[in-house]
Amino acid sequence: MSIERLREAVKKILPEVDVVIGYRQGFDPLHATPYFISQPEQVDQLIWNPLCVQNLCSYLPFLKGKVGVIVKGCDSRTIVQYMQEKLIEREKIKVIGVPCLQVISVKKVMAKIDYQVAEEVAFEGENVIVKTPKETKTIPLAEVMPRKCLTCQLATPLQYDILAGEAIQANKPAEAFEEIKEFEQLSLEERRRYWEREFDRCIRCYACRNACPMCICQDRCVAESRDPHWTSQRANLTEKFMFHMIHSVHLAGRCVGCGECERVCPMDIPVAKIKKKISMDLKELFDYQAGINPDDLPPMYTFKVEEAKIKEHEL
Amino acid sequence: MSYLAGKELRIIGFLCNWCSYGGADTAGVARFKQPTDLRIIRVPCSGRVNPLFVVKALLNGADGVLVSGCHPRDCHYSEGNFYARRRLEMLKRLLPFLGIDERRFHYTWVSASEGARWQKVVTDFTKIIHELGPLHPKKESTE
Repeated sequence: MSIERLREAVKKILPEVDVVIGYRQGFDPLHATPYFISQPEQVDQLIWNPLCVQNLCSYLPFLKGKVGVIVKGCDSRTIVQYMQEKLIEREKIKVIGVPCLQVISVKKVMAKIDYQVAEEVAFEGENVIVKTPKETKTIPLAEVMPRKCLTCQLATPLQYDILAGEAIQANKPAEAFEEIKEFEQLSLEERRRYWEREFDRCIRCYACRNACPMCICQDRCVAESRDPHWTSQRANLTEKFMFHMIHSVHLAGRCVGCGECERVCPMDIPVAKIKKKISMDLKELFDYQAGINPDDLPPMYTFKVEEAKIKEHEL
Repeated sequence: MSYLAGKELRIIGFLCNWCSYGGADTAGVARFKQPTDLRIIRVPCSGRVNPLFVVKALLNGADGVLVSGCHPRDCHYSEGNFYARRRLEMLKRLLPFLGIDERRFHYTWVSASEGARWQKVVTDFTKIIHELGPLHPKKESTE
């Protein structure tokens, strides 16, 4: 897809909306940052490349008026989930869909270039070429893919008003939750030690919550409330563990797997893994996947008198 | 009962006001012998039980958590326990993923008339928790 087509699409809908959310270059060529476009002359700064990783839909429930937004396939699940939960009015949102086969993980690229400053970044075919003061490195895109792209099924967004480009088919294998099943092979003790080690690094910056598109309580989050006092200010493992449980349980059946929580974690904690485990269970129990069908109801919002797959537990 | 010979463990029970709490009362009135490890918290309905109550209890010193409500279709509020069933099942599957034995958490249905069933649930659950031992063998530092 060419950037011209995207700019054209943004120019076309700009008169109808108050603001269009897209991407522009961030503080260096390796980082893209959200860009709020309200004037036609801003459109030239708009970019589109695999560095455009942020899920821009996260802004939608907090913006008033008519909003245009640039949406990748994975991000479009967020829109569908918002529609299910009636958090947005679809008519007030103009969705510019962009076909996308993969983005890249900036963290993985940083590791490859040995945390040097990126002076120039270019994309050629299946490679990303990063120029640093020390060297020019060619990295295959496949090596720096974030985890969510490995099993991407949505190269073309589910929801769009304008598609900037041609609709394409995803070329990745479907999610089989192999990573989760593999982890479940470990002993209980090993699993507990694993999470204790991971959560111990947590600095409780709440970036995972702040970046999460489905964490819509934000300022009223129970993790920070004094009444009820779910977590204290102590910096011990129990409190950290509890915070992550709050985040995961509140996302049960709502997590759209955008991976933002993991992307923004400064301590590299695999927070999305717990959410994925819950998604796997709920898919098996209720044959439900969040953010696919706008007419569905999240499984925790409803029930069946006879649950086909929930058996009574005997002692 | 030999398993009560050792130290008592901490088991938290979330019981719905209308069925299970009544069931526990029935068991008490009938003077059924029960282990004393269970600390009961009365809730209006099993639908009131947030899965995080269970997590919070387990992380903060409980060795086992029992949730009990009205039998499905018998909820005082018609449908509270149907929601509870979905949430608690999700949690039951999540706990072992985090390295907490799923047997430490049990949810079941006991009606107000089932004093004998209540006695059996408490006795069996307490026995399992005693077999598993304390969840937090050493007291965690609060630093």
